Amino acid sequence: MVEPALRLDRLSVDYRAGGRNRAVLRDVSFEIARGEAYGLVGESGCGKSTVALTVVRYLPRNGRITGGAVTLDGADVMRLGPQALKDLRAKDVSMVYQDPGKALNPSLKVGRQLVEVFEVVGVPLAEREARALEMLKKVRIADPGSVMQRYPHQLSGGMQQRVAIAMALANDPTMLILDEPTTGLDATVEAEVLDLITDLRRELGTSVLFISHNLAVVAKMCDRVGVLYAGMLVEEGPTREIFGSPRHPYTISLLRCLPRGGQRKDRRRLDTIPGFLPTAGMLMPGCPFAERCALADNLCRTEVPKLRAVCGRLVRCHYSDRAVDLPRNTPADVVMPKPTMGGAPVLRVSNLSKTYGQGSHAIRAVADVSLSLLPGETLGLVGESGSGKTTLARMLLGLVPPDLGGTIELDGNPLAASLDRRRDEEVKAVQIVFQNPDSALNRSHSVSRIIGRALRRLGGFRGADLSSRLNALVAAVRLTPRHLALRPRQLSGGLKQRVAIARSFAGDPRIVVCDEPTSALDVSVQAAILNLLAELQAARAVSYVFISHDLGIVRYLSDRIAVLYLGRIMEMGPSERVFEGPNHPYTEALLSAVPNLDGTRNTRIRLSGEIPSAANPPSGCPFQSRCPRKIGAICEISEPPLTEAEPGHVIRCHIPAADLERLQREYKAGARNVEAGQEIETAVIDASHQY
Amino acid sequence: MTGFAAAAAPSRRQEVFTALSRSGAFLTGLTIVLFWVVCALFGRDLVPYDPLGEDILNALGQPSAEHWFGTDQIGRDIFSRVIVGSRDILTVAPLATILATVVGTVLGLLTGYFRGIIDDIASRLIEATMAIPGVIVSLLAIVALGTSETTVIIVIGLSFGPGIARTVRSAVLSERELDYVAAAKLRHENSAHIMFVEILPNILPPILVESTVRLGYAIFAVATLSFIGFGLQPPSPDWGLSISNNYSMISGGYWWTVLFDALAIATLVVGINLTADALQEALDG
Repeated sequence: MVEPALRLDRLSVDYRAGGRNRAVLRDVSFEIARGEAYGLVGESGCGKSTVALTVVRYLPRNGRITGGAVTLDGADVMRLGPQALKDLRAKDVSMVYQDPGKALNPSLKVGRQLVEVFEVVGVPLAEREARALEMLKKVRIADPGSVMQRYPHQLSGGMQQRVAIAMALANDPTMLILDEPTTGLDATVEAEVLDLITDLRRELGTSVLFISHNLAVVAKMCDRVGVLYAGMLVEEGPTREIFGSPRHPYTISLLRCLPRGGQRKDRRRLDTIPGFLPTAGMLMPGCPFAERCALADNLCRTEVPKLRAVCGRLVRCHYSDRAVDLPRNTPADVVMPKPTMGGAPVLRVSNLSKTYGQGSHAIRAVADVSLSLLPGETLGLVGESGSGKTTLARMLLGLVPPDLGGTIELDGNPLAASLDRRRDEEVKAVQIVFQNPDSALNRSHSVSRIIGRALRRLGGFRGADLSSRLNALVAAVRLTPRHLALRPRQLSGGLKQRVAIARSFAGDPRIVVCDEPTSALDVSVQAAILNLLAELQAARAVSYVFISHDLGIVRYLSDRIAVLYLGRIMEMGPSERVFEGPNHPYTEALLSAVPNLDGTRNTRIRLSGEIPSAANPPSGCPFQSRCPRKIGAICEISEPPLTEAEPGHVIRCHIPAADLERLQREYKAGARNVEAGQEIETAVIDASHQY
Repeated sequence: MTGFAAAAAPSRRQEVFTALSRSGAFLTGLTIVLFWVVCALFGRDLVPYDPLGEDILNALGQPSAEHWFGTDQIGRDIFSRVIVGSRDILTVAPLATILATVVGTVLGLLTGYFRGIIDDIASRLIEATMAIPGVIVSLLAIVALGTSETTVIIVIGLSFGPGIARTVRSAVLSERELDYVAAAKLRHENSAHIMFVEILPNILPPILVESTVRLGYAIFAVATLSFIGFGLQPPSPDWGLSISNNYSMISGGYWWTVLFDALAIATLVVGINLTADALQEALDG
């Protein structure tokens, strides 16, 4: 048998914290064959990164390997002396981290850093420069010569990650460890980087350990996956088996938390996982998932199940045969009063623009945006970073004054541009749930103080009234009274976001802006928060402006969607219409950049080039510099107006909607022919596993 | 649902206390400072001699069993004077630091929160005052206002204020960008509420560290002013004043008249700085 590239054999790792040893990895065993891509998934705190750090023995000082062995390329990593360890890190294994901005040295030019890698490997001085250039070409950097002369901060995030990948591959490692390599990147850039990794893997035959919380990305990239829960491998096997027909209750629950293919808030609840991830070092005599599992019984709580081979994969569950029928934690079909949308718009925005800076340095963050929002409606705002989503939201809230000329109307009455000039009723009518609850909640105030103050100021409640309202609101967001005395830092991310949601609902708002409210949360927590938002909306007929880069959750929650690019609305229409098409070419690219859980559908449109800076947008249509369907000079000369493709669905493109529809239909059909074999298989899997 | 695992997390305060109680530097520093505080509070009742009691026959006596630190020019017991001498400095310097902290915090909050023209004017003024040597400002003020403990407190307090204001301002600048400040604005809270109720509690750690560091400087400043005769006046056993009165004796070989006062100042400052360093580490960690 050929020696695997990496083998973990019953690896256990402790971290010493608070005077105790806490187990973070327990008995983790897996192998990665040569040339194979292995994915490690699980929510934060499951020990994914610890695995990566242990493989190269980079554990923090309080970390200790308490048992097991790591064999990398035939060498027992635990037994290596300092020099051998150094050689191993230099030659056999490379890591790419989540944030390329931190992985690259900010004060050295890219070329210098790359050359350094070759120096460590022992390439003769004369060849280093040429090898560095070659490496940059390999990672599809268009103008490697000039990139060599630049500093990391002069490159975009996607370019930085390419450079980091180039550095990682420079020593031609046997093993490449990728720890959330695309998590901070925009969807279209992520798609490019993932494609690049796939191509390079094919070219170089490197083995890959791919760590990600994003199940769809792993599904696309990996041959096999391991699911980690509380430091234990609970299920492992071929990607298709695991994601197509999971057998461990945790994997099953995790997959049910994701909004999938057209699921909508008014038809179907997302499933959630009750309880919390056990904290590291908690004493667990039985299955780590037992406390949160609907199938758990006494056996599960007292005896750790063994990894058993079931249906072509390994599962650590006593009852994997019954797991397929795992009852849902949240009933799928909750009867939801269909939100009464309609009547006069609660919000109407016309010709809203925002320019930062002056003169030649002016940056047009938002340009000429007009939209309206009905009571009880959710408008999804979609777009990559720099598209002006957040600036637009902050203008609605009054936190950022718009340029002169634009108007915002609430219930038909003009709203003052600045918050100071808005009346109390107007202020409490438009509230926000911020992206990052750590920043949004005052860390020195208790939960009851945070929510109570909002009720007092926005709801106008006092005394006994206030405390009864406080309890009702806390219950409405599924917090318990025992949380009231705690500070934000004593709460988990999901609980913090609930506090933030409670605060925004304190004054019975008409509109709540949700600015990426779940992007900092794990999948299971995200599902619970999305359910909560949907319930609150159904109960209170509040309107949402829902900002997200995740098209799946935008589709789940939104009634209408607006796609922004460089501050302009490129397309706006009813949610299903935007997903079905015809689409603006940019929307088309966004949609095809989203990796699919089946890991197969590949009707890919790739955008070339970088997202232009808003300080220097392209002439004519802002998208023309990256547009795959550019028709010619007209795109560079004049900016197309928003034209109606069908009632209520507008697209900003020179190509008539009918032509777009035809082009896109043909493109999809063409792509399908190429991958017809895969498509059929996927269909079979989909049909047989409607769990 | 089982277990509110997250609720079991220790509070920030507990963590800081744990970190401090394990820090050797903090415990050493605190012990030294507490020693001097006890001396300041109860020194008069503990010392063997009256610190002001003259005994001309025993002038300039070497350290001995009777007079551990020796005696000075007019025969006063130096050990008693050093112990009791902590009293004035440990009254004046902390009060000056508190004044500086209050002035600096308010100034820092105002300039950091409002930015714009207020910030521009105040920041330039702060820089201007910091550019002038502190001793000269102090001397001018004392000459104008007359010498008294109150004057020393006000002078040191006001001259240290701008430095603290700068630290506070930079803390406020990063704090005001956080979303909880935006959330407060979205409740129509007034600026005073945002500054003092929302922001202030979150920047207390750097303020605490900064004022502890400043306390060390204030000890030096008080000693310096006494040394050049503008601070505490004879016959106070104040350390700076004693050194000033006796330093001409060093050349005559009467080293003990100066050494112990100097050591007293040094230990107190070292103790305070150890405490400040450990605090900073614990609060950052």
